[in-house]
Amino acid sequence: MLVYTAKRIVLAILVALTISMLVFSLLYLSGDPATALAGESATSDDIEKIRQAYGFDRPVWVQYLSWLGNAAQGEFGNSLYFRLPVWELILERLPTTMTLGVSAMTFAIVLSIPLGVLAAMFPNSLIDRTALFMAVVGQAMPSFWFALMLIVLFAFTWPVLPASGSDTWRHFVLPTIVLGYYATPAFMRLTRTGMLDVLSSDYIRTARAKGLRPWTVLFKHALRNAIIPVVSLAAVQFGFMLGGSVIIETVFALHGAGFLAWESISRSDFPTVQAILLLFSLLYIVLTFLADLLNAWLDPRIRVG
Amino acid sequence: MTEPAGFSLDVENLTVSIPLAAGTLRAVRGISFRVNQGETLCIVGESGCGKSLTSLALMGLLPAKAVRGADRLTLNGVDLTALSERQMSDVRGESMAMIFQEPMTSLNPAYTIGNQLEEALRRHRPVSRAEARERAIHLLEKVGITAAASRLQQYPHQLSGGLRQRVMIAMALMCGPDLLICDEPTTALDVTIQAQILHLLRDLQREFHMAIILITHDLGVVARMADRVAVMYAGEIVETGTAAEVFAAPSHPYTKGLLQCIPIPGRTKRGEHLGSIPGVVPSLIGEIAGCAFANRCPHAADACRSEPPARDLGPGRMVRCVLEPGAVPQMEPA
Amino acid sequence: MSVVSNGLPTAQEIVGPTPGQRLRRRLFGHRGIVVGGSILGVIILMAVLAPLIAPHDPYEQILSARIKPPVWYERGTWEHILGTDQVGRDYLSRLIYGSQISLMIGFFAAALSGLIGTAMGVAAGYFGGRVDLVVTFLITCRLSLPVILVSLAVVAVIGGSLEVVILVLGLLLWDRYAVVMRAATLQVRSLDFVAAAQTVGCSTWHILVSEILPNVMNQLIVVATLEFAHAVLLEAALSFLGLGVQPPLPSWGLMIAEGRNYILFDPWLIAIPGVALFTLLLAVNLLGDGVRDVTAPENRG
Repeated sequence: MLVYTAKRIVLAILVALTISMLVFSLLYLSGDPATALAGESATSDDIEKIRQAYGFDRPVWVQYLSWLGNAAQGEFGNSLYFRLPVWELILERLPTTMTLGVSAMTFAIVLSIPLGVLAAMFPNSLIDRTALFMAVVGQAMPSFWFALMLIVLFAFTWPVLPASGSDTWRHFVLPTIVLGYYATPAFMRLTRTGMLDVLSSDYIRTARAKGLRPWTVLFKHALRNAIIPVVSLAAVQFGFMLGGSVIIETVFALHGAGFLAWESISRSDFPTVQAILLLFSLLYIVLTFLADLLNAWLDPRIRVG
Repeated sequence: MTEPAGFSLDVENLTVSIPLAAGTLRAVRGISFRVNQGETLCIVGESGCGKSLTSLALMGLLPAKAVRGADRLTLNGVDLTALSERQMSDVRGESMAMIFQEPMTSLNPAYTIGNQLEEALRRHRPVSRAEARERAIHLLEKVGITAAASRLQQYPHQLSGGLRQRVMIAMALMCGPDLLICDEPTTALDVTIQAQILHLLRDLQREFHMAIILITHDLGVVARMADRVAVMYAGEIVETGTAAEVFAAPSHPYTKGLLQCIPIPGRTKRGEHLGSIPGVVPSLIGEIAGCAFANRCPHAADACRSEPPARDLGPGRMVRCVLEPGAVPQMEPA
Repeated sequence: MSVVSNGLPTAQEIVGPTPGQRLRRRLFGHRGIVVGGSILGVIILMAVLAPLIAPHDPYEQILSARIKPPVWYERGTWEHILGTDQVGRDYLSRLIYGSQISLMIGFFAAALSGLIGTAMGVAAGYFGGRVDLVVTFLITCRLSLPVILVSLAVVAVIGGSLEVVILVLGLLLWDRYAVVMRAATLQVRSLDFVAAAQTVGCSTWHILVSEILPNVMNQLIVVATLEFAHAVLLEAALSFLGLGVQPPLPSWGLMIAEGRNYILFDPWLIAIPGVALFTLLLAVNLLGDGVRDVTAPENRG
């Protein structure tokens, strides 16, 4: 387990470094970073000043290393729009995004795992078909459109929930449903196939031969093994949700990091964009790393020996 | 009708059918037998003859699609066909237990050996964890596992196949069942381990006064273990009797054919052809007209087109064939 | 098996259905494939025949006829069956032309990412060792980047257009191809006929193209349909956020974005392009799921 953990840490660091290079190079996509930073109304004088101030005249690798050094200390410079340290801006917005992410994940899991289990217990039954139908529909529904339709229904036609803002828990209900619903098909399918696999396994037959109650067989013996791949998927899906939060927060004007990302992109506020991009990627890397560890711990075949 | 004293399992006209798109697969076609306390019944036959489904039917562990029928299925006088699934689960593991062919996959990889052993007892008896643990260690020692106490902490993947099968046996014995059903318990194991496990089963049977139903395709196993033998072919029992009777005077052409397939050291000459039974088992979908073995039988005659009679050859001795016992000539080695 | 008097099987039993016939029977017997395929066929036909079937010019603005509701509303007319948008363009015509954009994005992005991902996956699966290590690492890196955010940022830097969106999505969506193709190649590689080809001295290129590729084609098709849908979805999202296809092109995502200001009183402006998008995605997903069902080895007759 120690060797495994060490290997995973090295891999995570390498991935993080590669990502940081990609994020850094984003500025150079346009050709001249100084022009990109200065914005459209800038004079050539302004551009020259920026070039000097940011050190764009230095060799690229020196620039990268100093950027990386600063980033490692949480120093991403000032937002070009707010004239505030980027880090402060993000820290202020992150709790909203995390609240949304965690509640959406909870919603998705609470909805999909019982459905997946039921679908596996009664294959081809009404429940199974309904679950499959929901999965097929869910995968084909653009999240931003689903969000707008929910607003039309529950904020205008039948006004029970607010359409935008982030002041109370009620503002989080619709965004949670949209973001969470998007992840349910994947969870449901994985739970269903996992349970089907496990339920037909020899050790389930053994458990039944011992006279164990169906409840014990299902939850102690089957779900425990079927759930292992779901843990990995949860980490991956949380990463997708962070990306999806850009769309959902924009639709619902939820003042989180995703909304900030979209605003900053529209305003060409590159230091902020880079910081959020890096942050979301790092979160994904850390989450998948933790999921792998949890996975290894859940599976004695990796944990022991 | 008076029940005999002590334990017994009585099976009359047991059927297992599986509805399929192509028709109903009648995998077990009305078999009857009886097992008494301390006795070993070997059910022998080639794969697909319905012997494994028979064992699952006794345990009430058939796949959801399969349908069980029986005129009589009683354990110690209790009618198993009348039990609800819940009541049946009280019987499983308590008075009848089962071990399976694949020790490698029959234990849950997520839990320790101890956990899985203890739960078998605690499901049926109001005992503490410590008492269950005590019993588990005791039984692990009984099945010949050394350092039993420390094994309880181990996971299945840390044990070899032979050890896992011993753990499975210990688990089946946790509640001291009256009947142990063993479905090909040694097929997946190395030959040397096979002998050890069979030996162990015999010893345990003597000690616990269990009845054993041993399902196998291996006549060598039958010869070592059986008090009585039931030979199954195409979902039917074609011959039963004590092991001595069946081995000494096989009365069904199929039994004869099976016996000729095993080499006997000292008697079978080097290079000599072993027997084999030509042809294939008929499809078990729908009815089979007449004797199911007729298409492979060297003695098939017109009479075989009708249902062969179940000839009573004395107490507990039956053969299902049109030929008079003794009239079956020795088959030529093929 | 029926046997004729001479004891030989009948001709029909020898010939039987050919693999092609059997495949066709399975394809047309699958409800998902039939439904998905038909819908997709209709949408493709709509895109190809757009100039012929669109009742109006999708770009012609009639400022006097702005936001006319569809025909099933009280104020709706048969002149504009699906109504008109905020600058008086015929909504049905824009919807019809919009299918061209979605299909183009889906096709080209899925093809480009398919090329990249298949090359990486097959190389990793076939050569193993260091190649595999590098490819696996690249896949891990790619998965760590949030697609939406990266494509938004890139489009923002270099400017949004149809070509840019195709390029950006094509360069981002190769991960699933690589993962699936790697696994599929690993499996095929271990089969005897590959070893046989190696023993006979076939070139690596020959083995990859004529032994490996045909055998991973089924999975490739399934992933391609998934990524097609994925690209269509992402284009709509990017355009919706204003950083994809630019106005006045009738992208369905853009139409939803433009309808947003009228969400309170004229929600049909959002509902209609959304339903179109949903229908296309549903069709492609049904088709992909169906192909997976039909070609899965355990379902072969």
